[in-house]
Amino acid sequence: MSEQAALPAPLAGLVGEFEAVDRALRAEMLIDYADRFESVPAAVAMRPYPEQNRAPRCESEAYVFATDQADGTLRYWFAVENPQGLSAKAWAMIMDETLSGQPLEDIVRVPQSVVFSIFGRDVSMGKGQGLIGMLECVQHEARRRLDQRRRSAPPLE
Amino acid sequence: MSETALSAPIASRGYARPEALVSTDWVEQHLHDSDVRIIESNEDSLLYPFGHIQGAVQVDWALDLNDQVRRDYLDRASFEKLMSRIGVTRDMTVVFYGDKSNWWATYAFWVFQLFGHTKAKVMDGGRLKWEKEKRPMTREHPSYEATSYTSPERDDARIRAFRDEVMSHIRAHKKLVDVRSPQEFSGERTHMPEYPQEGVLRGGHIPGAKNVPWARAANPEDGTFKDAAALRAIYEGEIGMRPTDDIIAYCRIGERSSHTWFVLTYLLGYTQVRNYDGSWTEWGNAVGMPIEKP
Repeated sequence: MSEQAALPAPLAGLVGEFEAVDRALRAEMLIDYADRFESVPAAVAMRPYPEQNRAPRCESEAYVFATDQADGTLRYWFAVENPQGLSAKAWAMIMDETLSGQPLEDIVRVPQSVVFSIFGRDVSMGKGQGLIGMLECVQHEARRRLDQRRRSAPPLE
Repeated sequence: MSETALSAPIASRGYARPEALVSTDWVEQHLHDSDVRIIESNEDSLLYPFGHIQGAVQVDWALDLNDQVRRDYLDRASFEKLMSRIGVTRDMTVVFYGDKSNWWATYAFWVFQLFGHTKAKVMDGGRLKWEKEKRPMTREHPSYEATSYTSPERDDARIRAFRDEVMSHIRAHKKLVDVRSPQEFSGERTHMPEYPQEGVLRGGHIPGAKNVPWARAANPEDGTFKDAAALRAIYEGEIGMRPTDDIIAYCRIGERSSHTWFVLTYLLGYTQVRNYDGSWTEWGNAVGMPIEKP
């Protein structure tokens, strides 16, 4: 993809892998991610999850949470309430493994087209929009921290 | 393993053609029946590889049923190739099931009827019910010997409607059912809630159409079809349809309306129902088409 250079390195590497495989192998890889999905621990969030953490347009009822890490990065956590929400689970795992711990400035620059690089161009319209909604939540958390830091930074001389 | 308590036996629900539906019990009893091919058809292409009914093959609505260049369905040669690949002969019974209350399963069923494969059934409740009943699923991809399948030419006249036919239909004040969401029907939206607002230039509905969202025909808890009395209350009680009416159903691209087409034709026994697959993405984009919008 043309925007690949703008992606955080772990995500760029994964995009390259997905773009190199055929449809069947892509499905296998996504299912492997979905199989490894673990829901947000109770220490971070408990049901009923706050509506403000719900990904817009996601039919699988996905929720996105972020906790601050000592180095200023974020650890992302997810919940997917629809047991048939395989794509949402796979995407949650991918974002956890490739965006947690990455510079916030890089996360907010991730283009929405990355969803199609990973899930393929034939992803249905509804599903694609739900996955983009999850990415928007992830970026919202990063943007919120960046704004807070900007506001609390001492004024320039 | 047993049926969920929610749904009464199919035979007791008063359907006009109950033979078009089979239960999850029936499917489990026919897993090894060489005269039966089980076909899964979903919106989410990951569901089948993640797990499916043993022996089931996948028919993908976008890749297998649509022409890959122009907007149309596959032709006779492609249908024959598809049937050969999934190991189906003209004499075999195909049983469809899928996600979203069999929305995509009935779409595949409808396309198969364009080629006259009438030995076809739908598994009531689809994937949701099978999973809720904790019936076995597998990730093993079945392999069937390729068959030699000879199909008639696709017959679009009987159950498929085209734009000009819809225009004649409304001029003759015949019945139309718009199965989209109320917001799409009113023109507030051009796609389902939660779906992107794209692809259609104008909102509203075809003049004279009545709105019955497709999913009202299904029980949301387990995806089964409502019984005939409940369906009649909706289609006859609420919008005044009659079994002998000439009816055209439409939605956005013809998939949701194939669910309603199935309900009216097989469960209520209506004799003249066609699916307008051009639907709103054609009507709402075409120049000069009449549109009703409150």
